[in-house]
Amino acid sequence: MKKSGINRKTLSLGPVLFHWDAETKRDFYFRIADESAFDTVYVGEVACSKRTPFFAPYVPEVVERLQRGGKQVILSTLALIMSKPEIEQVIDLSKNTNLLIEANDIGTAALLMGRPHVIGPFINVYNEDTLEYLANQGAVRISLPWELPSESLSALAKYANAEVEAQVFGRMPLAISARCYHARAHGLHKSKCQFVCADDLNGMNVETLDGEDFLSINGCQTLSHTICNLIGELGELQGMGINAFRVWPHAIDMVAVGQTFRDVLDRAITATEGQEELAEYVDFAPFSNGFYHGGEGATYVASP
Amino acid sequence: MTAALELVCPAGTPASLKAAVDAGADVVYAGFADDTNARNFPGLNFTRPQMKEGIAYAHERGCGVFIAVNTYPKAGNPDPWRMAITDAATMGADAIILADIGLLAYAQRAHPQLRRHLSVQASASNAQAIGFYHRAFGVKRVVLPRVLTIKEIAALNAQVPVETEVFAFGGMCVMAEGRCSLSSYVTGQSPNTDGVCSPASHVCYEKRDGKLISRLGDFTLNIFSDGEAAGYPTLCKGRFVTQDMPSYLFEEPASLNALDILTELAAAGVSALKIEGRQRGRAYVNQVVKTFRNAVDAASRGETVAVGDLGAMSEGGRETTGAYEKIWH
Repeated sequence: MKKSGINRKTLSLGPVLFHWDAETKRDFYFRIADESAFDTVYVGEVACSKRTPFFAPYVPEVVERLQRGGKQVILSTLALIMSKPEIEQVIDLSKNTNLLIEANDIGTAALLMGRPHVIGPFINVYNEDTLEYLANQGAVRISLPWELPSESLSALAKYANAEVEAQVFGRMPLAISARCYHARAHGLHKSKCQFVCADDLNGMNVETLDGEDFLSINGCQTLSHTICNLIGELGELQGMGINAFRVWPHAIDMVAVGQTFRDVLDRAITATEGQEELAEYVDFAPFSNGFYHGGEGATYVASP
Repeated sequence: MTAALELVCPAGTPASLKAAVDAGADVVYAGFADDTNARNFPGLNFTRPQMKEGIAYAHERGCGVFIAVNTYPKAGNPDPWRMAITDAATMGADAIILADIGLLAYAQRAHPQLRRHLSVQASASNAQAIGFYHRAFGVKRVVLPRVLTIKEIAALNAQVPVETEVFAFGGMCVMAEGRCSLSSYVTGQSPNTDGVCSPASHVCYEKRDGKLISRLGDFTLNIFSDGEAAGYPTLCKGRFVTQDMPSYLFEEPASLNALDILTELAAAGVSALKIEGRQRGRAYVNQVVKTFRNAVDAASRGETVAVGDLGAMSEGGRETTGAYEKIWH
């Protein structure tokens, strides 16, 4: 199968998971288009269908600007589809675009089967048989779950008849729910949420009763407090045959973050130098890489 | 009169299986004692001979047996999962409950005659997803994720060519099932691949200043004052601080109880009710199954029955209708 327009050693910018103000988000993407080292940029609402209308009017100009900047644009979709209007959002999208669409719910994947599409990391791909099945239905890229240990990543990369992408930077979107915890924490109901999620650009902090940072809330989504960071493992990942790397956007200098990953992938700087640069850009949470090393996702295992 | 809802009941052990059958289960569901099913707790589940005996016990009494093989096989190691399917077929299980796409394809290929159900762990929450599993793998029934309202379930049933089964009682995931790595983030064991959430091996309790602290892995999940009932530290039922306010952010410790809405569920086109609780004891199984047997029989006669009190069987003694009512969201 033709891997439409996907390059080797692809650095991707995942969709913005948080509910940023629409114009802020537009300007963010303009800067990514003009200045960043990303090859692929995912655009689209993943966490909550109520947010989709805010950014929808800006999508065409954002896509155009990104394409002018030489970026491949992939349209991301909702992680949990429960209602008719939600599936209709996806059906409309699939009818009205020639761009690749990333499915994050199996219902969306089903709609896209038979044409080239991307399987997002919210779809459970844990083994070769599932990977093969989805690739045979037209998935040209499969972005693997953040939870997979290196042994699984390696096995899947070997087997892949589609390009596989690893999650290498950002808070991990650990869970999705029908319930909105942002609204709940503010004493509101999801139907009258007042979009309080817009206040927290990197998610709302959740601490334990002992005052320890624990998780981060983004509407219906629960993310890790820690920031997954596999810059030290990029070499290993490439050695396995993985050639696409996803960085998740946060309200920090993502152009700089992208450049650091690009420089390490291109061997322009060492992973240690890259790590030092990232530590300068991230000031709100520690790094983790525990899932990759087969343990607790919250932990950080120092490189040997 | 409404069509009788099939009552699908938990069998975590041979003793629970017998209790469920004797209490009036239409079907019991069970798993093998390994990581091929989503209740992979120490001391639970069935060896091969136990499963064979359990199936015989149930079948002799007109009760069906479903075998859950509903975790996701790990890359490079499909054999335990495939063997579970083959053994389920050989032993004469009435259906297998699967979540993984690759495994569904295998089951269809290797044992096409064995009825396939889609586990809640596949989180198929819309008509397109359900239609896909039916079309691609001949799935006959889908266990719906606990994220849908009754109205959404009714709309779904009008669109899908398969039976649906919904949870009626027991512990409730507040996250979309099979799509939650909170527990593995803290314990390193994945509900999806290891079949355990908030495992006891990672739980500890500490006394501090007269208070009881419950922890999972390195994180405090709750602190109980003197006299406060201390629940098990399931991650999403913990007490956490947001906006400087401690609260049960995700969900209060409570059990789902759909006894009061059985008629509505039947009217929404649901075929079967599932009781959660393979990790619970015989007494729980006996009481919950009996209560639901009476309620389902009454509902099918068009009667409402004075429902028994299951409060003592509930987490924290509290009950909720969960996602079935819009107000929960």
